[in-house]
Amino acid sequence: MFKRLGDTGATLTVTIDGKPVRARIGDTVASAMLVAGIDRCRTTPVSGAPRAPYCLMGVCFECLVSVDGVGSRQGCLVPVRDGMKVETQLGKREAGR
Amino acid sequence: MNVSELAPSYDLIVIGGGPAGLAAAATAARAGLATVLFDENPTVGGQIYRGITANPVRNHAILGDDYWAGSALATEAKNSGALVVNGATVWSLDRTLTVGVSIAGEARLVSGKRIIIATGSLERPFPIPGWTLPGVMTAGGAQTVLKAQGLVPTGRTVLAGNGPLLWLLAAQILRAGGKIEAIVDTGTRRNWLRAAMFLPDFLLSPYFKKGLALLREVKAKALIIPGTRIAAVGSDKLTEVDVDGRRLPADLLLLHQGVVPNVNLAVAAGVPHRWNGRQLCFVPVLDGDFQSSVPGIAVAGDGAGIAGGTAAAERGRIAAIAAVRALKPDARIADPQAARQRLQREEMGRAFLDELYRPVAELRRPEGETIVCRCEEVTAAQIRETARMGCEGPNQMKSFLRCGMGPCQGRLCGLTVTELIADERGTTPDEVGYYRLRPPVKPITLGELASLPVSEAERRAVER
Repeated sequence: MFKRLGDTGATLTVTIDGKPVRARIGDTVASAMLVAGIDRCRTTPVSGAPRAPYCLMGVCFECLVSVDGVGSRQGCLVPVRDGMKVETQLGKREAGR
Repeated sequence: MNVSELAPSYDLIVIGGGPAGLAAAATAARAGLATVLFDENPTVGGQIYRGITANPVRNHAILGDDYWAGSALATEAKNSGALVVNGATVWSLDRTLTVGVSIAGEARLVSGKRIIIATGSLERPFPIPGWTLPGVMTAGGAQTVLKAQGLVPTGRTVLAGNGPLLWLLAAQILRAGGKIEAIVDTGTRRNWLRAAMFLPDFLLSPYFKKGLALLREVKAKALIIPGTRIAAVGSDKLTEVDVDGRRLPADLLLLHQGVVPNVNLAVAAGVPHRWNGRQLCFVPVLDGDFQSSVPGIAVAGDGAGIAGGTAAAERGRIAAIAAVRALKPDARIADPQAARQRLQREEMGRAFLDELYRPVAELRRPEGETIVCRCEEVTAAQIRETARMGCEGPNQMKSFLRCGMGPCQGRLCGLTVTELIADERGTTPDEVGYYRLRPPVKPITLGELASLPVSEAERRAVER
């Protein structure tokens, strides 16, 4: 969906759902996902529909992901760090789980 | 920065690091007030000057001179003596002027003698069928990652809506070498008639020349399709945009129909708000110094009503001068008259822009299965039916449908819900009112709450 304008900034590596993804200093978790072509970051708690970043300014809460084990972080407000572990969220609660 | 480095109290606490917040903090700190500025984002600039201190976009022509003008403001704040804290989420503000703030997972309560809320604006909800699909974003969102991370859309990109930001973003994408398949223009001829009477003022405003040049630049290069019946189509992500039955294949749809004040913190702090019929949103009730009726709390910038980034900075200065005069009557501080005159000039063309880019009714008051509350997936039909059953306002609507009770706390549905209820009940949005909002206005973890310092007396009060 998005590409970088230039090759500026040092690179680092985060994992998203266990897979290594290259990002840059200055990226947020959400911007790193957009460049990596990851087109969903969670499913909703109501219908289980997929969602992706929408506003990228901290107001819509669509880009909620788990960051280093803490759930429901706003991906657009969290700067990436080398070695960061990001996981997409399954929103719908299932009985017995 | 760690919360333990914060003082227990400051003369002035500024919330938000956009133009209003930066100008307010700089003005107050230079006059000798102990000032702290809390900004939620990784770097200052707010939305309009997003990423201004660490921008990866080297070609300055892409974002334009108006964007780069923001760096002077960021430098001014940095050198003013104000403590500027990024990554600081303010989740509470009350009438005692106590601010709840979290930094890096730890929280503190900090008190101020004066508070300036400078939390700016957010994009008006754009409730169309399919707007929750991955691949649909706000125009402002695309601009945010262009400014802060240097990202340009790839694939088939469609823009839809109206307003200065939509056209600016289109120009910026094109300058950056991006492609735009089409711009769906939701403007109407009727708006031109409404706007015409404000044209003389607009001709004198700084926006006239810039706006005209921008429209020419975009219209020479992009396909413009008029239309107001828009739907995002796809099963689990966007594949097409439907405009009046015409299907445009698309990978990315960027929506925009103006910006509205981000009222959550001010409403939760008890600042009264009224419906503004021209801007079609709730704005705080303020005096000429941007002070609210809650003693000590001011609201500056676009949060006080939409007027743009340059006006926001002037409002920040005016609010800060009032704080300085109240707390340090002997301090040397500029007369606010100069800032008021600059502000007046900035606001001159606003009525014209508001009328010209007034979003059409069908894109503010959806029908049928269109989702209104994205968090709780509540549809327009459900809200309309519940209003017809007798539900009188947004707060009762929460009990019926849970709309506005998800993590965004009504930011993406509040105005739509108010307008739908007013529509169904044949009354005005002012009568219907807005969601009652309470702290925490941003979600915080139990761990953050538990990190608040506890006094011996507080501990004894609950321990046996």
